[in-house]
Amino acid sequence: MISHLPFYPLLVPLIAGIFTLMFKHFGINTQRWLSALFLLLLLFVTLVALGSTFDASATVYALGGWEAPYGITLVLDKLSALMVLLTSLLALGAFSYALFERMDTKSLHFHPLFWLQLFGINGAFLTGDLFNLFVFFEILLIASYSLILHGNKEERIKAGLHYVILNLVGSALFLLGIGTLYGILGTLNIEDLALKISVLPSTDVGVIAAAGLLLLVVFGLKAAMFPLSFWLTHTYSSISAPVVALFAILTKVGIYAILRVHGTLFGADAGELSYYYIPWVLNLGLLSLIISTLGVMAADSLKNKIGYLVLVSISILLILLGINTQEAISAAIYYTIHSTLIAGGFFLFADVLLRKNILPHIRLTGGLFFAYGLAIAGLPPFAGFFAKVMLLDAAMQNSQQAIIFTLILTSTLLILITLARTGSNLFYEQKFEHDGVDTVLHRGSLLSIFFLLFLSVLLVVFADPITEFLSQMAAEVLHLKETQR
Amino acid sequence: MELLLALIIATLTGSGIFLTLRARTYPVVLGLTLLSYAANLFLFAMGRLSINQPPIYNEQITHYTDPLPQALVLTAIVISFSMSAFVIILSLKAKAQLGNDHVDGKEQIQEEPKP
Repeated sequence: MISHLPFYPLLVPLIAGIFTLMFKHFGINTQRWLSALFLLLLLFVTLVALGSTFDASATVYALGGWEAPYGITLVLDKLSALMVLLTSLLALGAFSYALFERMDTKSLHFHPLFWLQLFGINGAFLTGDLFNLFVFFEILLIASYSLILHGNKEERIKAGLHYVILNLVGSALFLLGIGTLYGILGTLNIEDLALKISVLPSTDVGVIAAAGLLLLVVFGLKAAMFPLSFWLTHTYSSISAPVVALFAILTKVGIYAILRVHGTLFGADAGELSYYYIPWVLNLGLLSLIISTLGVMAADSLKNKIGYLVLVSISILLILLGINTQEAISAAIYYTIHSTLIAGGFFLFADVLLRKNILPHIRLTGGLFFAYGLAIAGLPPFAGFFAKVMLLDAAMQNSQQAIIFTLILTSTLLILITLARTGSNLFYEQKFEHDGVDTVLHRGSLLSIFFLLFLSVLLVVFADPITEFLSQMAAEVLHLKETQR
Repeated sequence: MELLLALIIATLTGSGIFLTLRARTYPVVLGLTLLSYAANLFLFAMGRLSINQPPIYNEQITHYTDPLPQALVLTAIVISFSMSAFVIILSLKAKAQLGNDHVDGKEQIQEEPKP
């Protein structure tokens, strides 16, 4: 039983997706109970998976018993286990909000699509094979294409069309990158590719470098890295709240893929190609930070603002990947956890602010807005502040430290001012952006929003053991030897 | 033969990119299809071109062709086929709901200066 542990985070969503589809006939309540049960099961499985990685190195699970490099492998290490757990926590928040607001009845197949989306995300985190990464990307994309249309408004169809076309072009580029790597190196297992690249003859270096940058374009599109980021705000601001809360993890899948694939393939042992992609990631990250901060200030609606705030968090992650030391990578993972939960929660909260009559609960919602504003801008007492301190600390040794310091601090200040202005517009002058619907706010709906915020607070309370664990994880990701730790 | 295949892939990619950059959904869908054909052919060619050789390894056989790209391309074909079907339905739905087939959902009307 326990030897199949790396496979369970994939098996649970797949079975849940099939079951919720099969039991659709018995009504929406059966589907809800099934989904809730499977979500608890998934949380349990991912917690056990994370627990199993505490004192062991990576577990490589060969699917069907076919050994690598011939078979397909799943890799459960500290990072992938943590990302899978983060996904299920975020899914719990998004799913409970959908239930409280009865939003799962607005289109036919919310539950199966929700589960297939989780299946794709978990697969992308766990796979150890480049082609399987492509397949899992496609699974999560096709589920997300349908989920974008959930609720079926005109603007959603328009935004969905852009998103689908862009990602199909991305898939074609992904195939070209994979094809080039396979044509030169003859393998697609990520660890094996790294081995082959470390002994690469210098005649092939140019081709492999091109393939690597092609993959960077693909992952950059998923992560919404600057010139490839313009789809994000438009798409995210038009889709329904529980879906967009779950999508908060999708951009992080792109960041994870850069960290995993590029960090392993073009790591310290890659000879001429060792970390050749780093300047691209760092400089594009800095550019993204400028553009997205300006976007936060210029955005006219709350949902657009949060979309740009997601872009800010992506830029900060890109900068951390670009600094690429053990401290920077552990800060990146810490910030990933915090920003995913907070962005998801903020999208849900924006839905409450935009659709509900909040006047009877103005103190509660105002306080919650204040807390979320502090959390997303990166101020104490929330985890974003610690992540930024870790960032600035890690940037000390970097050659571009002056630019990094200036941009991060200015961006934080500008975001804070913008959020203060948004808050005073909303709660003091009470200019609401209602789109015609004015319904009563149930306190239960705020529960999932509190839950996601509470998780970020937990991240601060247990900052010491968590950063200790993340530091080990970063050493594992960067393939540092025992002596270098 | 390598040159011929390379030219075919180049033509497909070029026309695919050109059509994808058009403003109407129909040429964009065609462009995406051509792009995915190009990617599939490219992936297939990465096992190197060889004619009349079995894709199976056996101790009696000295020459064989690499079976893995064929398996990969089969997966990629299935995926790109279903994605094309999805994007066709989505653009039809967009046409039906938005009333036109512009990718932005609205015609860019050039206002003619009045004489």
